[in-house]
Amino acid sequence: MAGLLAKFGHYTHAVVRGIPSSLATEALRSSQSEVDLAKAHQEHAEYVEVLRTRLGLEVVELPADEALPDCVFVEDAAVVCGDTALITRPGAVSRRGETEAMKEALKKLDLNLVEMTDENATLDGGDVLFTGQEFFVGLSKRTNQRGAEILADAFKDYAVSTVPVTEGLHLKSFCSMGGPGLILIGASEHAQKALKTMQQMSNYRYDKLTVPDDLAANCIYMNVPGKGHVLLHTTGDQFPESFKVLEKLTDYTLIAVSGLEKMKVDGALTCCSILINKKTDI
Amino acid sequence: VSENTTNVSSCPQTLKNACFHPLSTALSLCPSENCLSLRKWGKNVTDSFFFFFTPSLLSMENKQNSASFMMMMLTVSFSPFFCFSTQKRAKGQFLFFKVCEHLNLMEKDYFGLTYKDTHDHKCWLDPTKEIKRQIRNSWQFSFNVKFYPPDPSLLTEDLTRYLLCLQLREDVACGRLPCSFVTHTLLGSYTLQAELGDYEVDQPKPLDYMSQLTFAPNQNKDMEEKILELHKSHRGMTPAQADAQFLENAKKLSMYGVDLHHAKDSEGVDITLGVCANGLLVYKDRLRINRFAWPKILKISYKRNNFYIKIRPGETEQFESTVGFKLQNHRSAKRLWKVCVENHSFFRLNAPEPPTKARFLTLGSKFRYSGRTQAQTRVASSLIDRPAPNFERTSSKRISRSLDGASFIFPQFIIYAFTCSFIHFYLFCAFVLFCCMSAFQSSLGVHGENIYVRHSNLMLEDHDKTQDEVLKHQASISQLKRSFMEAPPPSPPQPNQWEKRLTSSPTTTIRVQPHPVVRVWMLMTLRLKEGASGLKVEEAMPVAEEDEPNKRESVSSESESEEEAEYHPNVHVSIAHSEIPEEKEEEEEEEEEVEVHVVEQIPNDTILPPEAPPPNGLPLAEEDSPDAGQEEPKVNGQPMTVETEHRPQVICCTEPPVVKTEMVTISDTFAAQKTEIATKEVPIVHTETKTITYEASQLDGNADGEPGVLMTAQTITSESLCTTTTTHITKTLKGGLSETRIEKRIVITGDCDIDHDEALAQAIKEAKEQHPDMSVTRVVVHKETELAEEEED
Repeated sequence: MAGLLAKFGHYTHAVVRGIPSSLATEALRSSQSEVDLAKAHQEHAEYVEVLRTRLGLEVVELPADEALPDCVFVEDAAVVCGDTALITRPGAVSRRGETEAMKEALKKLDLNLVEMTDENATLDGGDVLFTGQEFFVGLSKRTNQRGAEILADAFKDYAVSTVPVTEGLHLKSFCSMGGPGLILIGASEHAQKALKTMQQMSNYRYDKLTVPDDLAANCIYMNVPGKGHVLLHTTGDQFPESFKVLEKLTDYTLIAVSGLEKMKVDGALTCCSILINKKTDI
Repeated sequence: VSENTTNVSSCPQTLKNACFHPLSTALSLCPSENCLSLRKWGKNVTDSFFFFFTPSLLSMENKQNSASFMMMMLTVSFSPFFCFSTQKRAKGQFLFFKVCEHLNLMEKDYFGLTYKDTHDHKCWLDPTKEIKRQIRNSWQFSFNVKFYPPDPSLLTEDLTRYLLCLQLREDVACGRLPCSFVTHTLLGSYTLQAELGDYEVDQPKPLDYMSQLTFAPNQNKDMEEKILELHKSHRGMTPAQADAQFLENAKKLSMYGVDLHHAKDSEGVDITLGVCANGLLVYKDRLRINRFAWPKILKISYKRNNFYIKIRPGETEQFESTVGFKLQNHRSAKRLWKVCVENHSFFRLNAPEPPTKARFLTLGSKFRYSGRTQAQTRVASSLIDRPAPNFERTSSKRISRSLDGASFIFPQFIIYAFTCSFIHFYLFCAFVLFCCMSAFQSSLGVHGENIYVRHSNLMLEDHDKTQDEVLKHQASISQLKRSFMEAPPPSPPQPNQWEKRLTSSPTTTIRVQPHPVVRVWMLMTLRLKEGASGLKVEEAMPVAEEDEPNKRESVSSESESEEEAEYHPNVHVSIAHSEIPEEKEEEEEEEEEVEVHVVEQIPNDTILPPEAPPPNGLPLAEEDSPDAGQEEPKVNGQPMTVETEHRPQVICCTEPPVVKTEMVTISDTFAAQKTEIATKEVPIVHTETKTITYEASQLDGNADGEPGVLMTAQTITSESLCTTTTTHITKTLKGGLSETRIEKRIVITGDCDIDHDEALAQAIKEAKEQHPDMSVTRVVVHKETELAEEEED
C-alpha cells in the first residue's frame, strides 16, 4: 500500500473546459443567485493558470459549448483513475451532452475508455471520491446504485463503497482528499455522518480534518515534484474559519483559488478539472 | 464385507475406463492409454491406501500439453506416483500433512485441502476429523490457500510465496479475484517472467503461444500484446522477485483474500457476504454496502439457514444489535459460520481458542479453528532454518484454455484418493461414564447415600457374533479388565456384585475377536447426598410423562446435527480491551440467573430435566436463551452442575439438547427385560434393557425386582475431535423412587499407534474434572483388529 500512497496525488495532465455565456442564466443551481460572467471567466482563467504554471500540468482546454451551460464542470463527465477513464452518464439530463467532448479528449490521451451506456444508470463524477485505496460513491440526486455498480465494474482493482448523500449536491460538495490517507470533511451533520459511513466501510484508516464550512472542504490535493504536498483551496476571504484550519497543514504549500462565482452554480474547486496521471509506471 | 466399497464414481474423466479391484492383494488402474499399476503399499500392516494422481499427470505422458503443478509435485517426488498408505480412519490432517510434506512446504498454515460436497460446494477438509466422515461420495481434494496473508512479503520462504502465486493466478484467471485490464497485464507479465525468465528478443514467443495461456477470464489479443510488452521490461528479474512483485500487486486488489458467500438480507435482497482478515463485508452486486470489522462483532452464530452477527454498540448507541442474514440452507450457514470462526481466529487471535471440551451435555457445533494462528505461524516460520528448498516453476500452460474448453482448471492440485480396501486396523477405545442418580421427592438436608453403578453395553456396535464366540472371548476381556484394575486408577474402582455378574454373564455382547480387542469402559458413580426420607412419588407422574418421548422425537427428527452454533469472536481479542470486562460482567450475571433457575427447579419436580423442549428447536440463542452471551461459547442444553453445599448434587440439563437427539423408546422392550437376552443381533435397546435388569438386582430389595416404570429416555450424541460422546438419560419410577440415570459414553477412536493407556488416563482425568462427584469404578479395554473380520468373512 505504501507504493500506492506514495503515488497518490501525482498528476501530469488536466482537462478543463471553458465557461459558456449560458452559464450565467441557464446553468443548474440549487439557490437563486446572479452570476457575474466576467468575474467567473476571470476566476476560471486564474484556476487554469495555477494548474498550468504553479502545478506544472499539461492542460487540455476544451472549448465551451453554449448548448451545455454546465460544461465547465468537467469533473462530472468522467472519472479517471490510472489508465482507465469512465465516461459517466450525468444525472441531470441537460448535462448528458457534456460527455461527448470529454470522451474525445480522453481518447486522445490514450486512456482505456469505459462508457456508461446503461440507461438506468446515472453517475456524476462529483459523487466519486477516490482515496488512493478505494472509491466512495455518493448516492445522491445525481448518482444512483446502478451508476456506482458500473463504476465498480470499470475499476475492478478497487473496493467501491456507497455512501448516502442526504444533503448537498454531491458527495464532494462537503469533502475531498487532503493528502494520502487524509480526508477533508465539512463540519455539518450530514458531512460528518457520511464520513462515519466511509470510515466504517473501509479496511483502511483515514485521518480527517474537519473544516467549519462544508464548501471549503472541497480542495484539490496534489503531490508536485519539487514542491511536495500542494493544496488548492478556497480563499481565506470566502471562508476565514476554514482557512485557519487548513493553515495547520504546515508542510503543505497552500494555494488559494477564488471560486466565488462558480460556487453560485454549485461548482467547487474539484469540479472544474479532471486530473490525469499519464506516467503510470507499471 | 460390507465396508469394502470403492469410489469409482468420482473418477476423473481420463480414468473413466479404469478398473478397480478392491482386493487386498493388488490393484491396477487401467486407463485407456496409460497403464498404471499401483503396488500395494506394505503387506499386512495396513490395507487401505490412498493414491494421488491428476488427469494432467496422465496426459503428461503422451503429450506435454498440460504441464500442471502436479509436475511440480512430481519433480519433488522421485516417484511418479505420490502414493502412501493410511488408515481407514485417517484424519484430514494426515492427508494435508502428506501433501505438504510432498510439496516440501513448511509454512503450511495458510493452506488447506478442499473438497466438493454433495451439493458441489467447496468445503474445507477439517483436519481434526476423519476424512471419510467428511467426504460423502467424491474423493477428490484440492490444495488451496485458506488464509491469504495480508502481506506476502512477510512469508519466510519463496516456496510459500510461489504456492500463493499459483493460487492467485488461478483466482485471477477464473475471475474469482477481479482485476482491471492494467492489473491483468501486469500480473500476467510477472507470471511470464517467473516461469519463462527474461523475454528472449531473438526467439520471441509467438502470440498464439500466448493465447494458450490463460491470464484473465476475458483475455484478448490486446491484453496478450501488452503482457508481452511488459514482460520485456522485467529483464533480469529472478523468478522469486517476479513472484514477489506479482504478490505485491495482487494483495492490493480489493477482493484479495475475501471469501464470498451468497445470502439474502432481512428484506430478502440478494447480497454477498465476504469474510476476510479484517472482518465481514457486505456486498450488493459489486458494491460494498456494509462492513463489520472483527472488533465490532461480539458474536457470530447460525441457526438453521440463518446467520447472525451481534454488533457491539457504537459510540452513540446504547444497545447491541443483531444482524441476520439468510443463507440458502443450513449447510451454507454453517459453512459461512465456520469460515468466520477460522478467519477470526487465524487473523485476530494470538493462539487458537481451545476447542470446547466435551462437556457433559453439549449441543451445537463445537467447531473451533484448530490450526496455528497467523501470529503463531509467523513465529514458527521465523524459526525455519533450512536452505531454501529447490522447486521448479512450471509453465502457465497448466491453466490452458485448450483443456476441455474451460478457461481454467480448478482446482490447482487435484488429488484423487481412492480408498480401495477397508481392512483396517485401529484401536477402539470406549469409555463409559456411567452414573445414575435418584431424584427423591424429599426434603433437603437429610443425608443418605445412594450409589448406583450400572454397567452398560450400550456402546457396542453392530454385532453379529454368536453366543459361543461371545463366551469364548469373555476370558480375554476379563483379563484385560483385571489387568487394568490392578494398575492404580485415578479413582478407586468399586467392583461389586453385579459387575462380576456382568463379566460372566452369557448375555454379554462383547464382540468376539480372535485378536485382542481393546475397548475401554469407564464407570463412574455419583454419590448423591440426598434425602432418603420422603420416598414418595406422585402416582400421576408416569402417566403424565408417558408420551413425552414421542413429543421429543418429533422435535429431534427435524433438528439436524449441529444445526446451530455460536462463536464469540472478541473473547480473546487483544483489541478493545476496555470493552471486554463490561461484557464479562454481564455474562456472569446471566449465568447466575441460570443457576438459580435450576436449583429452584429441583425440589419442585422429581423429573429432570425440568424444562420441556420448545416446539421448534431452541429459541434464538442471543436473545432468549438465559445463557446467551456467556464468555465461553457454550450452547444451549449444556448441563449446569449445581454445587450448593446443602443441596443435592445433581447434574441436570437446563434445556433438552438438540444435537442429534435420538430417541430410544424403551417402553416396549421394557416388559421383556427379565427375559434372557441371547440374540445374535443385539440392538442398543436390548442392551439398555439388560442394564435395567442389573439395576433391579442392585437395589437391595428396595425395588424387589420390580421393573419400575420407565418415564423417559433420551440419547444424545455429539462428536468432537476424535471422540464420540453419547449421553443417555433415562428416567424410571421404581417403587417410591424416581430415578434419573444419566450415563455418558465416550468412544475414543484413534490410530493404531495411539497409546491407549495414555488416552485412557486422559479420559479419566477429564471425566473427573467434569464430574468431581463421580468416581471411576470400572474400565474395560477393548481392542479390535481387522484381520479378525477378514477371517470371519
